[in-house]
Amino acid sequence: MNLARGARIILAKELRTEFRARELLSTTIVFVLLVIVLFSFTFDPTSAESRRFGPGLLWLAFLFAGSLMLQPSFLREQSNDTLASLRMAPIEPFAIFLGKIAANLFFMLLAELFLLPVFAVLYNVSIVPVFGSLTLVLFLGTLGVATVGTVLSAISVHARMRELMLPLLLLPALTPVLVASAEVTAGLMAQPPVLNTEGLLLLVIFDVVFLTAAWLVAEYLLEE
Amino acid sequence: MSAPHNAADPALGIAFQEIEKRYGDLFALRRVSLSIRPGEMVALVGANGSGKSTLLRVAAGLVRPSSGRIEFGTRSIAEGPYGSLALRRRIAMVGHSIMLYDALTAEENLSLFGQLHDLSGLPALIRDGLAAAGLAQRSSSLVRTFSRGMRQRLAIARALLSAPGLLLLDEPTTGLDVQGIAWFTDTLRRLRRGGCTIVMSTHGPSEALRLATRAVRLEAGRVAADSAKGAELTSMLDFQEN
Repeated sequence: MNLARGARIILAKELRTEFRARELLSTTIVFVLLVIVLFSFTFDPTSAESRRFGPGLLWLAFLFAGSLMLQPSFLREQSNDTLASLRMAPIEPFAIFLGKIAANLFFMLLAELFLLPVFAVLYNVSIVPVFGSLTLVLFLGTLGVATVGTVLSAISVHARMRELMLPLLLLPALTPVLVASAEVTAGLMAQPPVLNTEGLLLLVIFDVVFLTAAWLVAEYLLEE
Repeated sequence: MSAPHNAADPALGIAFQEIEKRYGDLFALRRVSLSIRPGEMVALVGANGSGKSTLLRVAAGLVRPSSGRIEFGTRSIAEGPYGSLALRRRIAMVGHSIMLYDALTAEENLSLFGQLHDLSGLPALIRDGLAAAGLAQRSSSLVRTFSRGMRQRLAIARALLSAPGLLLLDEPTTGLDVQGIAWFTDTLRRLRRGGCTIVMSTHGPSEALRLATRAVRLEAGRVAADSAKGAELTSMLDFQEN
C-alpha cells in the first residue's frame, strides 16, 4: 500500500473519531478565545500597538492551543493499545504520522480560521485585504506546529509526567516557527502590508526539514 | 457461528534464534531459541512475568529484541518484521488489550483494519466476520458500549479479518463467556484445519489448549520445557490449567 493511501485511511479515522467526540476542537477553540480576549482586556492595545504586538500574541495563543490539541494525538492510542494494531498493519510507519499530522493541521487550521475574525475585531486590525497571504502563513506555520507536535506527542507518550513533557519539548522546538510566523503576520498587518518572503521561506524550510526528519525516524518513534 | 470464510493465507513458520530482550537490567527474554513450523499450534505456558507476552510481541514486530534473529519462513531478519510490509500482512495478533477504537463502531473498526490491510471484498468480509463473532446485530454500535466479552470477540474477528498465516494470541479468551469460548475453540479448530500457524498464550480454557500440537513453557524469560509428545504435552497443559 502506498504512503498516501495509508495516510488517508489514518486521516479519515482521526477526523471521524474527533468529529464524533467533538472534545478536542471545541476545548481548543474556547481556550484560544479566552487567551485572545484576556490579552485584549489586559493590555487594551491601540491600533498601532495591536499591529505591532498582536501577531506575536496570536501565534503564542496558537502555540498554546497546539500543545493542548496535540497531546492526545498518540496518548489516545494507548488506552486499547490501538497503536500496536496500526504498527502491525502493512503500511509505512510514516503513513501513521502523516495521517495524524494532516488531521492535526486540519483541526488547528479550523480553530485558527474561526478565531482570526475574533482577533481582528478585538485588536482592530484589518485582515480582509491580506487574507490570501495570511492563510498561506497560517498554513505554513501551523504545518510546522502540527509536524513537530505530532512527533513530540509520539515521543512524550512513553514518558513519565507526559502532560508536562509535550509543552516543555514543544515550545522551545517551535521557537523558529513562532518568530517567523509572527514576523510575517506582522508584516501583513502593517500599514501598508508587506509580504516577508524571507520569513515565508524559513517556514517552508522548517516544514520540509521536520517532515523529512519525521519520515526518516518514524519507525523508531513508534517503538515501545 | 462460523469463522470468516475468506481464503486463508499460506501458513507462516517462525523461528526465534537466541532472542534476548532487556529492559535496563531486567531480562524479559534470555536467549530464547524456538522453531515453530508452518501449521503448528503452540501453547505458550508459564507464570506471569515469564516472558510469554514479550515473546509474542517480538514475533509481532511490536518489540525489537535486544539481540538475536528471527526467521519467518525462508526469510531471515535480525529485528522482526518491522521493515517488511509483506510479512506484516501475514501476521495478526490478539493482545492483552483489544486494539480497537472505542469511538468507532464495530463495523468501522473492522473496516479501518481491512482498509489498512488493503483487503478485497471488504464489505462481505466484515459482514461475515461480525456474523461469525455473533455481533451482526451490533455492527453499528460504538465499541465503548460493548461488554468485555463482546469486545474480545470483536478483537478476535479483527485479527482473523486478514486471514493471517501466523496468528499470535495473548490470552485470547479473557472476558469470553461459555458461548464465546465455544465459538473461539471452534474458530481455532477451523484455522488449524486451514493450516494457519497459531501461537497462543493462555491460562485456559482447556478446550482451546487441547487443540495445541505442542507446548512450550517459559520460566524467567527462558524456554524451560518444549514438548510435542502426547503424555508430556498433556502434562504441561494440565500443569498450566492448575
